[in-house]
Amino acid sequence: MARRSAPEINAGSMADIAFLLLIFFLVTTTIEKDKGIARQLPPPIEQDQDVIIKQKNLFIVNVNKNDQLLVEEELMDLKDLRQAAIDFLDNGGAPAGTPDYCNYCKGDHSPESSDNPQKAVISVQNDRLTSYKMYIAVQNELVAAYNFLRDREYKRLYPKRQLSYVEVKKIYDEGGFKGTEEEKVKEEMEAVQELIPLKLSEAEPKKSGS
Amino acid sequence: MSKFKKKKSGALPPISTASLPDIVFMLLFFFMVVTVLRESNLLVMQRLPKGDQVEKLQKDRSIFIYAGKPGPGYIEKYGKESRVQIGDKYTEVGNIRFALEELRLKLRPELQDKVMVALKIDEETNTGLVTDVKQELREQNLLKIIYITTPGNQLDE
Repeated sequence: MARRSAPEINAGSMADIAFLLLIFFLVTTTIEKDKGIARQLPPPIEQDQDVIIKQKNLFIVNVNKNDQLLVEEELMDLKDLRQAAIDFLDNGGAPAGTPDYCNYCKGDHSPESSDNPQKAVISVQNDRLTSYKMYIAVQNELVAAYNFLRDREYKRLYPKRQLSYVEVKKIYDEGGFKGTEEEKVKEEMEAVQELIPLKLSEAEPKKSGS
Repeated sequence: MSKFKKKKSGALPPISTASLPDIVFMLLFFFMVVTVLRESNLLVMQRLPKGDQVEKLQKDRSIFIYAGKPGPGYIEKYGKESRVQIGDKYTEVGNIRFALEELRLKLRPELQDKVMVALKIDEETNTGLVTDVKQELREQNLLKIIYITTPGNQLDE
């Protein structure tokens, strides 16, 4: 009698308990993977400095309070904005032989449009009543235009990597390159950023209705 | 010989479920580890606009600003006008600097000068409010911002 072994505890319901907990955590979990469009704001200015930019180097995107786009004084659909921005940035209008000449531009070389990507500035003007949705859509398209050109230049300059600029930047940000490779990639990215600098200016929004 | 015959005639043994709890526990621990309970209670609507030219947010060095119309439970009290939320409460645009400073000091000391401000703004907000917030950020010298979006492209709608 004294040496009878203790009866085994039934563990069959253990799974049920674990499932309940599991389901609780499944329901309450929000795996946050926030992504977004990064932007650097200009530093606060002490006084107004006038920067002179030639009209042809300026690409004006105007968004009114009804979320309509006016690009270079013409109405445009959002879907055409990306190509228009690429055409403008990549134009390379400076004549051959001048210091501004852009030897990697594949655009029309029209003297009416931008000299080279370093000189080209995109200016976005919003109304205060423009919706944030439209604002982000416009920013997204313009960043896409810059990324398109940066990808192209990166592939042209560093073909052995077989990666685009955006892919390389993603790997770099996640710390995928190590040691000397990291330094090298950083230099490559900076070289491309210098060829195609992101010059997106935002004007102070006008009062509604203007 | 009779030994073998005996085995053949028997029915299939039942599948052992003894390891089922272990499997479930593994899943459970996975979810417990990856779970981040939301720190701040959202008071504003958050339907973020879509974008595809995105970068990842570095969470350890960011502070969040929410903006949008007051959520369903708060409309009666706060009206329908878009508002800014920082931390757990609504903030007037003029007070953003104090609320941000408070959040900034909670970050790890070595990251406090590399702060990135994540703007989580509802798509129906007016750009005017966003501009006011950005103007305030410029004065505070918090120049790195990121507009949080959801994956997708608005052209595909």
